[in-house]
Amino acid sequence: MREYVMGNGAIALGALAAGVNLVAGYPGTPSSEIIETVSKYPHEGVHLEWSVNEKAALEVAAAAAYSGARALVTMKQMGLNVASDALMSVAYVGVKGGLVVVSADDPGPISSQTEQDTRRYASFCRIPVFDPSSPEEAFEMVQDAFDYSEKYGRPVLLRPTTRICHAYASIEIPEHYAPKAYDGFQKDSRRWVIFPKASYLNHGKMEAENVEIGREFSSYRFNTAEGKSSGKAVVTSGVSYAYVKECLKHSGDVKIIRIATAFPFPEDFALRELEGIREVLCLEELSPCLEEQILITAGRHHLDLTVHGKTDGTVPFNGENSAELTGEILQKFLGTSFSADVRDLSDAPPLPVRPPVLCAGCPHRASFYAVKQAMKGRKTVFCGDIGCYTLGNAMPLDMVDTCLCMGAGITMAQGFSHTDHDAVCFGFVGDSTFFASGMTGVVNAVCNEADMILCVLDNSTTAMTGHQPHPGTGRNMMGHVVDKVDIAKVLEGIGVKTVVTVNPFDTAACVDLVRKLADEKGVRAVIFKAPCIALVKSDRKCSVDADKCIHCKKCIREIGCPALTTDGKTAVIDPGLCTGCGLCTKICPTGAIGGETHE
Amino acid sequence: MNKDVMVCGVGGQGTVLASKIIAAAAMEEGSTVHSAETIGMAQRGGSVTSHIRVGEDAFSPLIPFGGADLLLAFEVGEAVRNLKYLKADGVAVVNTAAVMPVTESLQSTGYDGSAMAAYLRDRCTCIFVNSEEVCRPFGSSRFFNMIILGVAAASGKLGISTETLLKEIEKRVPARYTDINKKAFLAGCEIGGKASR
Repeated sequence: MREYVMGNGAIALGALAAGVNLVAGYPGTPSSEIIETVSKYPHEGVHLEWSVNEKAALEVAAAAAYSGARALVTMKQMGLNVASDALMSVAYVGVKGGLVVVSADDPGPISSQTEQDTRRYASFCRIPVFDPSSPEEAFEMVQDAFDYSEKYGRPVLLRPTTRICHAYASIEIPEHYAPKAYDGFQKDSRRWVIFPKASYLNHGKMEAENVEIGREFSSYRFNTAEGKSSGKAVVTSGVSYAYVKECLKHSGDVKIIRIATAFPFPEDFALRELEGIREVLCLEELSPCLEEQILITAGRHHLDLTVHGKTDGTVPFNGENSAELTGEILQKFLGTSFSADVRDLSDAPPLPVRPPVLCAGCPHRASFYAVKQAMKGRKTVFCGDIGCYTLGNAMPLDMVDTCLCMGAGITMAQGFSHTDHDAVCFGFVGDSTFFASGMTGVVNAVCNEADMILCVLDNSTTAMTGHQPHPGTGRNMMGHVVDKVDIAKVLEGIGVKTVVTVNPFDTAACVDLVRKLADEKGVRAVIFKAPCIALVKSDRKCSVDADKCIHCKKCIREIGCPALTTDGKTAVIDPGLCTGCGLCTKICPTGAIGGETHE
Repeated sequence: MNKDVMVCGVGGQGTVLASKIIAAAAMEEGSTVHSAETIGMAQRGGSVTSHIRVGEDAFSPLIPFGGADLLLAFEVGEAVRNLKYLKADGVAVVNTAAVMPVTESLQSTGYDGSAMAAYLRDRCTCIFVNSEEVCRPFGSSRFFNMIILGVAAASGKLGISTETLLKEIEKRVPARYTDINKKAFLAGCEIGGKASR
């Protein structure tokens, strides 16, 4: 059966074909569609969950793997930072069933905070990593990863990048697949309880095995060499390999060495293929993992080899590669041109800038606007967090002063309250992020006497990554309706004395409430509760009365709603975008905007 | 056959469905197809692109600059933004209606797309359509993706038969919207047929 699927879909189907028994993860671009694909294909007998965060996902999966089951964990690269505590230890303890951790990297970065390289985690945790260069390979490699994981009893990383995750290809998937049979957990505290003595012994064993795996990877089917050479070679991996192939498909006197397993490095393979090579160009995204290994190999074996790449400035460290950039670098390396005629567009009229914005009707806009109005003239710090509401930083709202990492808004607001005593310190957090890593921060605020206002922007979904359920939504990935975890009750349980739930579109009430809370002390919480516009479709529309509109553009300047524009004479509302939230009707000084609203 | 088709526009215009139909139809006609989409933060009112690569000779998931045979632009400014992808002798099917970004409304730069259309006219073979005009009989801009797909199909530059595309529309559009989407596609075919004559 052939299926046209996204790279993430290929990973999901590869795992199902490998007989995976449990799949867990936390949403994060570009990895989210892996679990969504599993849920859309037959997966009878597979436990599937969006875990509360990546660390929880990895620990749930580790237990499955201790029991002999095959487990897949999915996350974006930042999520691996959260899960790294568990990963490092499970690398030492080992597994019985296959444990494959997919951590999707995001060169660019396109929708991430950092350009970290998961392959570094592989060498840091001393576990194997597979780096596919196409969706087709990702499908095969996830199956290989399970086999290696079980063969050596170690967790294994699969590291796709955005361009692989979000590329589509046609994959041949088996008609029938079934979860693997496994024997269950066997008690053995010397094996499953991590202790210094056991870790000392396991560390030695891991390093010895890595030498063996490196040898085995020297004949791995996706570590390949092609093309003839007069002494020059390109060492590459992942999507960069596809770019090199794209550039060299019609010409090029160069050998292409592709290394899909950066760790353990297949040194025998590299040595074999570098024979007769005098000059190497290393083309990889993110960190110079292969490049460093080539330099080490050249040093150890006294190779007469010049190595170009990131470490000598030939290839940029930051940003993603592309066919164009690859063509330019190859041109310098080989002295021939590989790029097509590209139009000169330097005389083009200025292009409209389209930064991502909060959707028309987004409840976050109303929440931010209310807090902004309430705090006019007051000294404030607005600590933001990760999610759609990070977009509250854009003009004209300008309501995000800091954004660091998942859950940090709550804890950073505390830090500011201890160091900047006249400021009213706000921590904004979304509902999914609250559960993922916000709750412990609230405990910290209560016990350490922070003075802050916690604003939970509860839109009943994980909106940014594609509307995944979370503990507050009352349904899970097994298709079951479950008890909702109530955010207000959680906060009360932690000991937050003031917890108020409001409708963010009731602007006047929100402004009054925030003003009142700003004059109180301690930890105060407001839950701004209204569903994401993508969850509850609205037929309500607002419209502008052209006779009353004085074209002051206050509506546009105050809230930056994408449905609001001007035709040069009056404000105009795009009925295709407007949800009738009515926020703009409260701003218009002449009452020119009307229509159905929430009130 | 090797053919690269780029679809571009603004998040929410229905570019993804159009590109899925193109990819599926090309496969239905026996070709190997790869494609890629920009998704994530860019979805929310941002510029979006889909790269469809038909044939065995494509390695990069994204079309290289100067490689696209056809540029299907759902918004005129986005056509200019992505013109670098179009081959020297490639064809652009362009919606002349501009989508105003929030930043433009805030700064009142007067962006209306007319300068973009003029720029394109001088630089490549263009088939212009105006979404506001062509969508009027359908009562919603929602069907523009099918119309522009029809224009591209009938112009002959897509290299896929209208019958195959119609079949894929039937498969991929929810049943209660199939008829109106097919009508929109055929209306586009009529425009494309005239334009290529």
